[in-house]
Amino acid sequence: MSRTIKLGAWPLLRHVVLLAGALVVLAPFIWMLSTASKPADEIYSSELHLIPHHFALWENLREAFAKADLWRYLLNGLIVTVSIFALQILIALPAAYALAKLRFLGRGPLFALVLFGILIPPQATAIPVFLLLHKLGALDSYAALVLPFTISVFGIFLMRQFFKTVPDDLIDAARMDGISEFGIVWRVMLPTAIPAVTAFGIFSVVAHWNDYFWPLIVLNSPQYYTPPLAVAHFRNAEAGTNYGPLMAAALVIIAPLVIAFLLAQRRFIEGITLTGLK
Amino acid sequence: MSDAVLTPSALALPRPAAVLRRRPLRLRGGAAYALVGPAVVLMLLMLIGPLCGVIALSFTDYQLGAPSFAWIGLANYQDMFADKTFWISLTNTLTYVVVVVPGSVVLGLGVALLIQSGTGLRAFYRTVYFLPVMATLIAMAIVWEFMLHPQFGLVNGLLRSVGLPAHGWLQERDTALLSLCVIGVWQALGFNMVLFLAGLVSIPKALYDAAEIDGAGGAWSQFRLVTWPLLGPVTVFVVVITGIRSFQVFDTVHVLTKGGPSKATEVLIHTMYMEGFEFFRSGYAAALTVVFLVCVLALTLVKARLTARQVHYA
Amino acid sequence: MARIELSAIRKSFDTTDVLRGVDLTIEDGEFVSLVGPSGCGKSTLLRIIAGLEQQGSGEVRIGGEPVDGVRPSQRNLAMVFQSYALYPHLSVFDNIAVPLRMKRLTTLERLPLLGRLLPNRYRVEREIRQEVEHVAAQLELSAFLGRKPGQLSGGQRQRVAVGRAIVRRPVAFLFDEPLSNLDAKLRVHMRAEIAQLHRRLQATFIYVTHDQAEAMTMSGRIAVMIGGELVQVGRPAEVYDNPRDIRVAEFVGSPKINLLPGQIRSDGAVETLGQRIGVATKGIAQPCRVGVRPERIQVGSGPFVGHVVHVENMGAEAFVHLGVEGLATPLLARIGDVRELPMLGSALRFGFAPDAVRLFDAAGKRIEAHAAPAAVRTLEVASV
Repeated sequence: MSRTIKLGAWPLLRHVVLLAGALVVLAPFIWMLSTASKPADEIYSSELHLIPHHFALWENLREAFAKADLWRYLLNGLIVTVSIFALQILIALPAAYALAKLRFLGRGPLFALVLFGILIPPQATAIPVFLLLHKLGALDSYAALVLPFTISVFGIFLMRQFFKTVPDDLIDAARMDGISEFGIVWRVMLPTAIPAVTAFGIFSVVAHWNDYFWPLIVLNSPQYYTPPLAVAHFRNAEAGTNYGPLMAAALVIIAPLVIAFLLAQRRFIEGITLTGLK
Repeated sequence: MSDAVLTPSALALPRPAAVLRRRPLRLRGGAAYALVGPAVVLMLLMLIGPLCGVIALSFTDYQLGAPSFAWIGLANYQDMFADKTFWISLTNTLTYVVVVVPGSVVLGLGVALLIQSGTGLRAFYRTVYFLPVMATLIAMAIVWEFMLHPQFGLVNGLLRSVGLPAHGWLQERDTALLSLCVIGVWQALGFNMVLFLAGLVSIPKALYDAAEIDGAGGAWSQFRLVTWPLLGPVTVFVVVITGIRSFQVFDTVHVLTKGGPSKATEVLIHTMYMEGFEFFRSGYAAALTVVFLVCVLALTLVKARLTARQVHYA
Repeated sequence: MARIELSAIRKSFDTTDVLRGVDLTIEDGEFVSLVGPSGCGKSTLLRIIAGLEQQGSGEVRIGGEPVDGVRPSQRNLAMVFQSYALYPHLSVFDNIAVPLRMKRLTTLERLPLLGRLLPNRYRVEREIRQEVEHVAAQLELSAFLGRKPGQLSGGQRQRVAVGRAIVRRPVAFLFDEPLSNLDAKLRVHMRAEIAQLHRRLQATFIYVTHDQAEAMTMSGRIAVMIGGELVQVGRPAEVYDNPRDIRVAEFVGSPKINLLPGQIRSDGAVETLGQRIGVATKGIAQPCRVGVRPERIQVGSGPFVGHVVHVENMGAEAFVHLGVEGLATPLLARIGDVRELPMLGSALRFGFAPDAVRLFDAAGKRIEAHAAPAAVRTLEVASV
């Protein structure tokens, strides 16, 4: 751009404004780290200081892990998000392939239904799905956490759009080589769709790792708690009296995704903004 | 098949070709149903069925665990419209949407424009502003709660240090909803920024050159002539998606205020949650859900309308 | 209308030098093409003239005035972009009107609603309407004024871009590969239209293209740029016939000039493919390259022999590819009469007149040479 012509104070001003904004955005993270590193007497003092006089992060973490089975909750988070994603792919990919590349009666209405399904917010179906799981006796289990999300209409839509861009010749060549339609999905389409699948995977894992509403509704037993539910439970149990370990627990809960994000920012931003297609 | 086809009547010619083409297609049709089958069944079971179910349920007095239920027509809706809590809840939700949408859209656009206006530290800023989108909202809500703590919180501490009065942000009626809005803006800003950045990058550089030649030299003229109109579709999209997400606000409310103090932060989904899953009045909660659904679909309709009007070439 | 002078223009991006000191004067009303392979710096040079890019060093003068630090819009130039750069959300009318509105209306008057209330805007808008309609009529765009660019064909978009350029009556027009997005047929048609436009407006045109045919057919002078330098500037015919550099010889003309390995003897005689070719030059013994354009190769007789490896019949003319011993790539010869094409695989004699030969030294610089009449005769006698 031609901005080079007028230089002057602009780059400096840009940095000043952006850094100020960044500080506000980062404030909760900084404060969380700071509080998690402070012993109780420093937290409950009216004097503000960022750097703890006595560094107590390890004590707070130890206390957090002692009071709540954080490993268990992290593991629950992993089990739930990975199962959801795996099942979503297993179900969405074949459907997306059929919608993109095969001609069959009812394809149009089915695709319209998928598009309509994208518009339905998850809270809207919560009551009937809850009742259904209640009837099945499946409440308060991993199944209750996973089952309702095995179908991702958004995933079907996304993969279908991606498969549309795969040349028909590739599929015809596979057919000439004697690969069945099922084989084509997994041996031809999946490998070409790895970037889209990755992006969708990030989207799906982040959404369900952070989900609070649904686990809150279907779970009773702490043994199935997902990370958000666990940290909320921790907070309620401590009733706002013990912020050091609470902040340490919050830190542990956000750490996996934040670290993964920092390691692969581009992919994460791509994945999360996939909803941009919605 | 070669010469045989070329025999006497030309009318016979299309037939063998058509037969040949149709057969594999029908085979593929069978495979297609097998491929879409699981998805269709689950979609009906987990999405379309429950959607119809929630509408049907809203016309019943069903309560979870009750042995039977009765069709009661619009009684749930009548109760709802007569209930003060519903109106407070709806007003609060709309207030939340009306604050968070412009707040996060304008700030998101501003940050995106600032980042894009220079080359230094682009990736750094993008990462920082996007961080709240990634971090588990529940965990961060608890951090916010402590930052807003009346006695030991960062916010009041800073206010006191410059001589301003402190507040019980989440405990006072006047500030509770506003505090939740601030958290909402904080969380949504980065997401909107990234969408705007993508929109800005896709504006052809040549248009800025043309604007420069045509006499739109200043930053404002270029924004008016090129940036803003070309961001139009992105903006519509960002506004609508932020609106839909704001309508769904629940996490921060449930963990920080439980709708209080005295219903000052009661929002639609929270009311629905309380009715449906705390008091188990499924029928009534379903009616609330239908209202929520109508609001969200109305926003989607607005978006469809606005995007249809914009005809741009690639 | 203005004369544009460039002196010692240099520009580098990061560590690569894009322009290494370009001097060029474009007279008022002249049509000059900047032509060269992609990456030669021609577009950068054009953008420096427009003010969209700043030169590292050197000076641009427009109408005698140095324009350093003058904003593009104040240079009063018009530019037609490769992608046309039409504002997609504005109608054809509004696209053409943009430069006039920017010049004649204040920021306040351009505001969407408030601006309407200001009295001056109404008067100015009426003038603008007349001028835009006039230009649109010239370009046969009157029927499309209400359309958006997305609803136009490539050629129509091109004309809108030209309309936006001429409506402001600039001192010079800059074209940045404006035809490269059009299909071949339309390109030939638009070539003629732009040439006519130049004749009608009598304005200064600077036209950047990588297509030597475009440059040859439209412009008064062409400036061949290679590797950030102006290698040769001159009338198209002169550049074609008298290239000063082997790169110019290769770039201009399609199909390409034939280049044969040669040797200059100490007596000034020149040899190629083991034979003397009747050309003499003063100078020292050194290897050289012998350039002969395909249409100057005489087929059927001559001192050399090649095998026909391929024949391209274009209908009106044909090109024969001759495999010659000692040459890595086949030699190309043009045959004017397509009814007399040689058989594939047959051996064919060929030769060329001494005045068809252009000699280049090992560094690619042109070596002056003249025919050595006596030598030619002996050669021909010897070979018969």
